[in-house]
Amino acid sequence: MALIEVRGLRKTYGRTVAVDSLDLDVDEGQVVGVLGPNGAGKTTTVECVAGLTRPDAGTVTLAGHVPWRDRVAVTRLLGVQLQSSGLPAKLTAREAVQLVAACHDDPDDPDELVDRLGLGPVAGTRYAKLSGGQQQRLAIATALVGRPRAVVLDELTTGLDPEARRQTWDLVRDVRDRGTTVVLVTHLMEEAQQLCDRITVVAGGRVVAEGTPDEVVAGRSAATTMTFVPTAALPPGALDGLPGVASVRRAGDRVEVTGSDDGVRAVLRALTAHGAEPAGLRVAASTLDEAYLELVRSAAEATA
Amino acid sequence: MSAPAVRRARPGRAVLTAETRLFLREPGSLFWVLAFPTLLLVVLGLVPGMTGSTDDLGGRSFVELYVPVSCLLAAIMAGAMALPTVVATYREQRILRRTATTPARAGHVLGAQLVLHGTAVAVSVVLVLAYGRLVLGVPLPAQLAGWALAYLLALVAVLAVGGLVAGTAPSVRIAAALGTAVFFPLMFTAGVWFPVSGMGGALRDVVAATPLGAAALALEQAQAGVWPDAVHLLVVAAWAVGLTALAVRCFRWQ
Repeated sequence: MALIEVRGLRKTYGRTVAVDSLDLDVDEGQVVGVLGPNGAGKTTTVECVAGLTRPDAGTVTLAGHVPWRDRVAVTRLLGVQLQSSGLPAKLTAREAVQLVAACHDDPDDPDELVDRLGLGPVAGTRYAKLSGGQQQRLAIATALVGRPRAVVLDELTTGLDPEARRQTWDLVRDVRDRGTTVVLVTHLMEEAQQLCDRITVVAGGRVVAEGTPDEVVAGRSAATTMTFVPTAALPPGALDGLPGVASVRRAGDRVEVTGSDDGVRAVLRALTAHGAEPAGLRVAASTLDEAYLELVRSAAEATA
Repeated sequence: MSAPAVRRARPGRAVLTAETRLFLREPGSLFWVLAFPTLLLVVLGLVPGMTGSTDDLGGRSFVELYVPVSCLLAAIMAGAMALPTVVATYREQRILRRTATTPARAGHVLGAQLVLHGTAVAVSVVLVLAYGRLVLGVPLPAQLAGWALAYLLALVAVLAVGGLVAGTAPSVRIAAALGTAVFFPLMFTAGVWFPVSGMGGALRDVVAATPLGAAALALEQAQAGVWPDAVHLLVVAAWAVGLTALAVRCFRWQ
């Protein structure tokens, strides 16, 4: 059984359906990404997992505990870093970690953790005076200091510069290597591709794709992108509607086609049939970015 | 592997430690709660004629009337001004929400705030009484138990007013505005501008029905060595119970 199991989750705010019949499994030791555009229901989902929000329907269990009922057990098992970190402005970094440590039976050494997260030089600095990256790392430190079995990290690199972002990613890998399960909420595909063992893509409150990052890309109709310059002019629409072709774009002489592997073969056959060859041919797997945009767009069209 | 030395978590104590540090880092609140009530007495004591006995006041001095008023002022500063700002800030910055993700409860934070503000008020009262006794020659309350009871009830009522403001204000700004709005009536009814016992007729009757007006009258009686009238104590107690129930009922965590 998964460490975190979400089944049929539903939560509405007034008339807005934030999450609808959402399932999520998080196995112990994995980094699982919850991806989706703003307003997709990611935060509502993890708030239900953390027990901060009680869903209207569905079940959530964390190692067998119901998060919004078994508060003590769940707060010991699960560390949470929220989007708004919620630390008092005048508390120093070290004091913030000590505070949470003292709430747990068997915590990490606060000073050692502060050093490990690179906050040693600013341990005595008040929260409000820390940089954005330092505040994020401090939030992660408070989520980890109780030595939880799992942590929820919500939009942890939002607002960070690329350098601070990469450092934070290293930190997440380090957390996983120490055996802590990670639920990573993000809308950054690069982040998901870099860190996650599995991802769940959420749009409009529903799961639109689930699997390893590679599986999610491969499962799309536009899993492959090919570009080339035809050596002979093609009649307009010669490539549209071929089996397995998702989109055709022209930029000057260059043609860009996305589609499945079958689509690639169909395009090559069509070129031969028109007496053309693909000059400068490049075939590449689509990125998670492209697969994600396609997923989110088709979800938006389905609900429109 | 030997059994690890498992430390017992003490979330309540950890929260109180952190909140105490934060409380001591707010010089503004500390000044208004701890120092200002005594400073008021210091200033009044410097005004000529305030410390001498006056026949109109039955041989008492003006400053003697202001000793219980200054004590009530400490409660007002803590309950109506300092506490609501802290709690509204904690809610707006989602500090109560983050606390709920740890084994500590948001209730620990509120409890710590009540303990800290209550302690600060107690210290302030001791300062006021000590300055009155040692410098201005105002005797300590002759009926100390009655005095303490009336004061405690008044403190609960004012903290409940603060809790009501803090628990319902949607933002820090509105909490500050509401705090100021209740601040002046509380000051007036406590007798900061004019001692309640010196008020005339209808005004006195109205003020005597307010929590701090009744408390001021009860404190004055206890100061003079009489057990306060039951009606004054009952009025303060009724307000204390009613406002506390309302504050608890209306409190919103988020």
